[in-house]
Amino acid sequence: MTLTQQLVTIALCVLATLITRFLPFLVFSNKRPTPAFVRYLGDVLPGAIFGMLIVYCLKDVQLLSGSHGLPEALALGATVLLHLWKKNLLLSMAVGTLCYMTMIHFVF
Amino acid sequence: MKKRALRAAFPHTVPVMTGYLFLGAAYGMYLRASGFSFWYPLLMAVTIFGGSLEFLAVSLLLAPFAPLATFFMALLIQARHLFYGVAMLEKYKGLGWLRPYLIFGLTDETFSVAATAEPPANVDRGWFLFFITLLDHSYWVTGALLGNLAGSLIPFDLAGLDFVMTAMFTVIFLEQWKKDRQHLSACVGLLCTLASLLIFGRDSFLLPAMGGILALLALLRKPIQKAGEAP
Repeated sequence: MTLTQQLVTIALCVLATLITRFLPFLVFSNKRPTPAFVRYLGDVLPGAIFGMLIVYCLKDVQLLSGSHGLPEALALGATVLLHLWKKNLLLSMAVGTLCYMTMIHFVF
Repeated sequence: MKKRALRAAFPHTVPVMTGYLFLGAAYGMYLRASGFSFWYPLLMAVTIFGGSLEFLAVSLLLAPFAPLATFFMALLIQARHLFYGVAMLEKYKGLGWLRPYLIFGLTDETFSVAATAEPPANVDRGWFLFFITLLDHSYWVTGALLGNLAGSLIPFDLAGLDFVMTAMFTVIFLEQWKKDRQHLSACVGLLCTLASLLIFGRDSFLLPAMGGILALLALLRKPIQKAGEAP
């Protein structure tokens, strides 16, 4: 690939990203009132999106081979339990991540 | 005013800082290993600012030039951002000239923080959101540059540190669960994506999952709205 072709490739990635990020804001502009269904989606989508993102992060876990997703399951369990108990965002994340790193380094 | 907003925003971005510095560094090292100098991570981290696409862009740069395929693949990978825009329509209203940058920087992680974090009463909301976005952006660029320039100097094994993102989304999911009066939408997001992953496999599950989520949220609108009303 020449330098120009590389720059075009990168520019197309930028353009595609800008389109997906700006489109909703362009379609439903500041001036017109947002349709009720879209406002409804705006209210209920966050809950659905975080569920989607958790699965997205775990998509490479192999349940049938390797460590069978045990480190992920245990570390997530620790994160959730600690968060329900202490309700401290940073603490839950730090302990969950350390649990995970310890397990993949020393246990699995 | 700006200083106060920056100080209020920073603690909310600490988990993103950990994740972005690490993933960004991994990205920078990957580019170095593929033979690209620091200009490439710098340019892509600043202009694309989207981790999964940037990783893919490396393999696109190594392959023969294919502009059309590049564009459509990028659209597919980034399609989930459409959801973030719809979810942030109201929150990003009336923020003036800060708004285009906020929208530009709406990554998975920035969305998660911006959608849930509330500024203290004496802090300007626009600048608060701006600094969340700017800090995240700078973590990503810094990580990518450090990884590219100094990746081989890291003396210890950091494998598994990327789990901080999974942990962050999980904790934010729990926080959102507490905030929502109804939990149908959260269950729809989790189960629909899981089902889609099992059916379509990890390379092509995200779009069907998004379609399914939209369809189910539309079908369940009445019960969800009823359950979400104040008692």
